[in-house]
Amino acid sequence: MSPELLNVLEVMLNGLLAGVMYSLVALGFVLIYKASGIFNYAQGVMALFAALTLVGFQTGQIPFAHVINTMFGTHVETWGPGVPTFLAIILTIGVMVLFAYLVERVVLKHMVNQAPIILFMTTIGLAYFMEGFGDLMWGADIKTMDVGLPSGASTWFETTTASWAAEGSNYPGMYVDMLDVSAAGIAILLVVVLTLFSQYTKTGRALRAVADDHQAALTVGISLRTIWVIVWSIAGCVALVAGIMWGAKSGVQFSLSLIALKALPVLILGGFTSIPGAIVGGLIIGVGEKLFEYSIGGMLGGATENWFAYGLALFFLMFRPQGLFGERIIERV
Amino acid sequence: MLYRESGDFKTSYSADQQTFPIRLDRHMVYGILAFAFLVVPFLINDYWEKSVLLPFLVWAMAALGLNILTGFCGQVSLGTGGFMAVGAYACYKLMVAFPWLNMFVVVILAGLITAMVGVLFGLPSLRIKGFYLAVATLASQFFLIWLFNKVPWFYNYSASGMIAAPERTLLGIPVTGAEAPPWMTYLFCLTLVTVFAFIAHNLVRGRIGRSWMAIRDMDIAAEIIGVPPLKAKLSAFAVSSFYIGMSGAMMFALYLGSAEPSDSFGIAKSFLVLFMIIIGGLGSILGSFLGAAFLTLLPVLLKNIMVGGFGWPPDLAAHLELLLIGALIMFFLIVEPHGLAQLWRVTKERLRLWPFPH
Repeated sequence: MSPELLNVLEVMLNGLLAGVMYSLVALGFVLIYKASGIFNYAQGVMALFAALTLVGFQTGQIPFAHVINTMFGTHVETWGPGVPTFLAIILTIGVMVLFAYLVERVVLKHMVNQAPIILFMTTIGLAYFMEGFGDLMWGADIKTMDVGLPSGASTWFETTTASWAAEGSNYPGMYVDMLDVSAAGIAILLVVVLTLFSQYTKTGRALRAVADDHQAALTVGISLRTIWVIVWSIAGCVALVAGIMWGAKSGVQFSLSLIALKALPVLILGGFTSIPGAIVGGLIIGVGEKLFEYSIGGMLGGATENWFAYGLALFFLMFRPQGLFGERIIERV
Repeated sequence: MLYRESGDFKTSYSADQQTFPIRLDRHMVYGILAFAFLVVPFLINDYWEKSVLLPFLVWAMAALGLNILTGFCGQVSLGTGGFMAVGAYACYKLMVAFPWLNMFVVVILAGLITAMVGVLFGLPSLRIKGFYLAVATLASQFFLIWLFNKVPWFYNYSASGMIAAPERTLLGIPVTGAEAPPWMTYLFCLTLVTVFAFIAHNLVRGRIGRSWMAIRDMDIAAEIIGVPPLKAKLSAFAVSSFYIGMSGAMMFALYLGSAEPSDSFGIAKSFLVLFMIIIGGLGSILGSFLGAAFLTLLPVLLKNIMVGGFGWPPDLAAHLELLLIGALIMFFLIVEPHGLAQLWRVTKERLRLWPFPH
């Protein structure tokens, strides 16, 4: 194969892997939207918060150390060497479940039957709150995340692909980050687990019932509030996975919360209500924006990734206003 | 007792249709305007101008614009920051190209240019609805900011990539640039905001405003009774972008003096304006002002208390401010989802009955 073709293949492959990362975030949105009709803008900040908490447990930081030091003039930072990664993940899941419970108790309980835009704004308020809270609790400095996932280039893949090129073309081989590959593996695992959970467990069936029709679910005796806590907990766990992956890739810092903006075009492209939609949408957008940047972006001055995803999603919406896999919007007068 | 409309008789159609039909309302508005135009300019100083009054007026204008689109026509837009950038850059190009042009004309022309851009980005609203549209408007936000960053023509090839307002005078007194006295910039913005708030108030109670509200309440039903959705939606996008463009022009030329696309007009600004109209009250002109006042004054107040009062380090105060604003937004939405304007309506009702409630 010629090096040009291999270059395009490499760009596409990296686009696919980037798309998986977008899908991871979009998945959390879809879960909450399906179960409660809430467009949860705070999903990105939840990922940031989960990642901060995980790093905090791992390194043994004292929560609110900065505040305590300012108020009492002390110099406390850490309480020990930290806990092992596995335990830290379990503790973080606990924190996310607690968070889901509190959100339902303090906020969502009062917002039943409000207009969708009001609920959306509430989650933006929640995002502000959690961003401030996370910064106060764990500090705003950039942290590195290390959960023992493989990272760096895969030399095996590089040498294999180098041998595909024509003789004497001096092709160095494709670059693939091991972290992206493991992220893709984990994403597939996550989708399989979620699908099995919603198909074969009692709670999963209840979740699907609530997603179908709130009132009918209430009538047959499903507790809406419990379901909401469960859904927000699951979304919290998905946020943790996204936070680990993105955090390991680019450090745990404020910009992590902006991945929500990357996931939004994926959402509208795939449809708000569809888990396969979130995956396929992510893949299309990942490949699309990488290919566009590679082929045309340079001529336009670069950094087209900022808006191309939105343009692509908009183009698809012109033909299918409910997204590729979204439920058909039926309007009655 | 305190607030009443009894004894307020109308004897002509024009009296019946005036902007403020209730005498007490009218007197209150005249009173506030007299205070703002005749008293405040003598009291104003640099601090009040730069951190309270100008931001309030600029954001009130933007909130008016977004409220027309979201509150009256029901189209959620997250592209406000991008449209403000269009207004700012149009204002800059006009100021540089036509130095003799009156500043009022420059700001209004900037608004008109933004209106055209707004109609262009409003076209998808004919096909896409609800949250899909809200996310789609983000496309305009990111695309416009990218455009102003990447095309040097917009910032006249300046090395820093920033635009700075050259000095322009009005009646011989500088109104933009570093030399402009606080009362002049304040009066300039106040005049624009007052005039266009009156226009907006009358627009939304007329034929065009009613067609927007019909579209908002149910667009299919509105179409069936003969409201053309194309005209109604696109005119809402045009008028809304016109206001937002003027507010962007005012923000750049009078308030900030210089601007840079990503920081001055980023996505955070779009959300800020959306918060203003939700906290103030969707579909209410008064609500736009209340929301803008709340969200410009609150951070100033919090900062003064925490940094000035308690002497906390600024970074800690910034995080706490974020937390408090988030909590307050949630609190407000739980207590009164219809915003501050609804609180004012309830208060008026109470005052009417006072001291003999049911």
